[in-house]
Amino acid sequence: MKFLKAAVAAGLVVAAFTGTSLAQNKPSELKIGITTFLSGPASVFGVPAKAAAEMIAEDLNKKGGIGGVPVKLSFIDEGAGGEALVSNYRRVVQDEKVDATFASISSGSCTQLVPVAEDLKVMNFMWDCGAASILETKKYRYNFRTQANGTPEMLAVLLYLLKTKPDFKTIAVVNQDYAWGRESWEIFSTALKAMKPDVQVVAELFPKFGAPDYSTEVSRLLALRPDVVLTTSWGGDLDTLVRQAGQRGLLQQSTFVLGIGESSIQRLGKDLPEGLIVGARGDHWFLHPEKKNDAAFKAFNEAFKAKTGAWPIYPVYHMAQAFKALQTAYDKAIKSNGGNWPTREQVVDATAGIEFATGFGRPITLRPEDNQGLEAQLVGVTKSVPGYDFKLLDNMMIFDPKMITNPAGVRSVEWLKTLKPDFVKMDVPTFKAQ
Amino acid sequence: MNSTLAILAILDGISYAALVFLVSVGLSLIFGVLRVVNVAHGSLYAFGAYLAATFSLAIAPISPWLTYPALLAASIVIGVVCGGFIERFLLRPLSGQEDVLQLLITFAAFMIMDNLQRLIWGVQPIFAAEPLRLLPNIAVFGVSYTSYQVILLPGVALATLFGLRYFLRRTLSGAVILAVTEDREASTAIGIDAKRVYFVTFVIGASLAALGGALASPTTSLVPGMGADMIVLSFAVAATAGLGQIEGTALTALMIGLTRAFVIYLQPEFEVLVPYLLMVLVLLVRPFGLFGAVQVRKI
Repeated sequence: MKFLKAAVAAGLVVAAFTGTSLAQNKPSELKIGITTFLSGPASVFGVPAKAAAEMIAEDLNKKGGIGGVPVKLSFIDEGAGGEALVSNYRRVVQDEKVDATFASISSGSCTQLVPVAEDLKVMNFMWDCGAASILETKKYRYNFRTQANGTPEMLAVLLYLLKTKPDFKTIAVVNQDYAWGRESWEIFSTALKAMKPDVQVVAELFPKFGAPDYSTEVSRLLALRPDVVLTTSWGGDLDTLVRQAGQRGLLQQSTFVLGIGESSIQRLGKDLPEGLIVGARGDHWFLHPEKKNDAAFKAFNEAFKAKTGAWPIYPVYHMAQAFKALQTAYDKAIKSNGGNWPTREQVVDATAGIEFATGFGRPITLRPEDNQGLEAQLVGVTKSVPGYDFKLLDNMMIFDPKMITNPAGVRSVEWLKTLKPDFVKMDVPTFKAQ
Repeated sequence: MNSTLAILAILDGISYAALVFLVSVGLSLIFGVLRVVNVAHGSLYAFGAYLAATFSLAIAPISPWLTYPALLAASIVIGVVCGGFIERFLLRPLSGQEDVLQLLITFAAFMIMDNLQRLIWGVQPIFAAEPLRLLPNIAVFGVSYTSYQVILLPGVALATLFGLRYFLRRTLSGAVILAVTEDREASTAIGIDAKRVYFVTFVIGASLAALGGALASPTTSLVPGMGADMIVLSFAVAATAGLGQIEGTALTALMIGLTRAFVIYLQPEFEVLVPYLLMVLVLLVRPFGLFGAVQVRKI
């Protein structure tokens, strides 16, 4: 009997110790460090995204937080750039001891911070940056991209153009002279060459980032008369280009393709004519054809509009995706850990391969081979609709990410070169504006 | 390149040069008289643009034609209020001290104004194109131009150039400014209030920067950071011309505008480099700028 009691006691002690070794103490708060542009031209994305983060965190905390732990946010201004950004990032991770980071909007920032996150062993979600090369050149453990990259984003826009205007012969490009402007054109032109090699590129214009004047570019395009003009510019640059082109009749002369124009539609208002092809860096549209009648989607959009004065744009939805991915990863890790609070490493393990749905678009999968998010792409054409003082998207196509994302382990450009003209014939559902 | 495209490039170059001149001439004037490189010049340009857009958007519903005086009013308000404040409370206390202090204080003003701009007008691009829409387009060889850009802007630039020339060379106030520029000690000795001259000159220079911004506002989106870009460009123009050279600034702006336009037609890859390449080439050959003269330094 004595032996039995001793054995039971020993068993209880072992069980207790074993249990303790697997379960972390539940923290009082889950800290998230977020890099976003709060200054500079890209604050057109960063400021709405920050507003979204605050809104989502507040809502999440009202519902009990993640795994019963409230979230607490720390913001870092990406506008500081360079060493200041890296220093601030290190400070937030090491001094404030955040549990995860969402970094960043700019691909330049992501390129800088991804190795730092890996070095500091902190889980990082690249929540908005688009450079495909980051996850193509190296396999990371702690870094994940919770949205698509530039390859499917540009390919979707090109496919839409080829499906809707199959007979164009000439094209010109006007992109900002920096990494995204150059990379997006490389993706687009490589795929175009593979799928429609007879198209002639009549002008490649890369005006300075932040250029206040495109008069000369507009004159040159008016003289060249290309069938199609592509621009992947954004923010004030895109607004200026579209307005200056519109004032001089260029928007009527050529078919304009605004690769990531969804974020400018509301600002451009009536200056944006009908018939422009617009991409959205994902299936992001405040009137998403598959979600527009969902109560939660409508409530989020209306709450955001009430808070900021504008309908959500794609960085807002990208921010929501990062939160949902984190919540999904923690829920999965907690479940795998028998309901106990997981270690950071357990959360990282749980994140690979997750599928999550914000309810604001189609579900997203984090591909386990390279941690790249597979996100659907929505492209449409501008149309006037009564009741709105800006154009809406019509004839929207939503592209399946599995069809238009390069396979893991194959570089984007190499994959794009293998595409054939038949690739355009893929079936894609089309939706009307209303 | 055929003659048709050459004419189009010339029109584009003149339009761009007009705007560049309007911004750069204020910087050059201030340096010529006060010997201060005003880093806050770009912020004055941005404030001029934002205030002009604010005035235009407010007044356009009453009468769109009132947006033109609104542009001018915004320039004067910014020149007097911001320019006056910078000269009186930031630069004057540092008068006679190391030049680098003046550079630093205007840099501080630039940083403060950049943040103020975001606080007042936010970060979303603002566009107020009413003045541009009022004027008709004109067609040149089948290519449409806005008359605002190819007629009004060059017209205002020419009026500013000749107005400044007349003011400095034909009026008593202008003569006083030139006297202080030439020799502050001697002009003070004969009773000229040099402090007042500095104040007036700075306000005029600041108003010109703001006028550049105000006139640009109908053509472009106003965004955070627009001032920083303009200070770099206007400094390149002023330095290439020779700091303090008003006619030189006009000719350099024209040279940069035309070269840039031809480069966009022929070799667009080099567009961004044009002003700075010209600056480097000129300064290598003539360190005092195209129109600057070697100066005797007092020891």
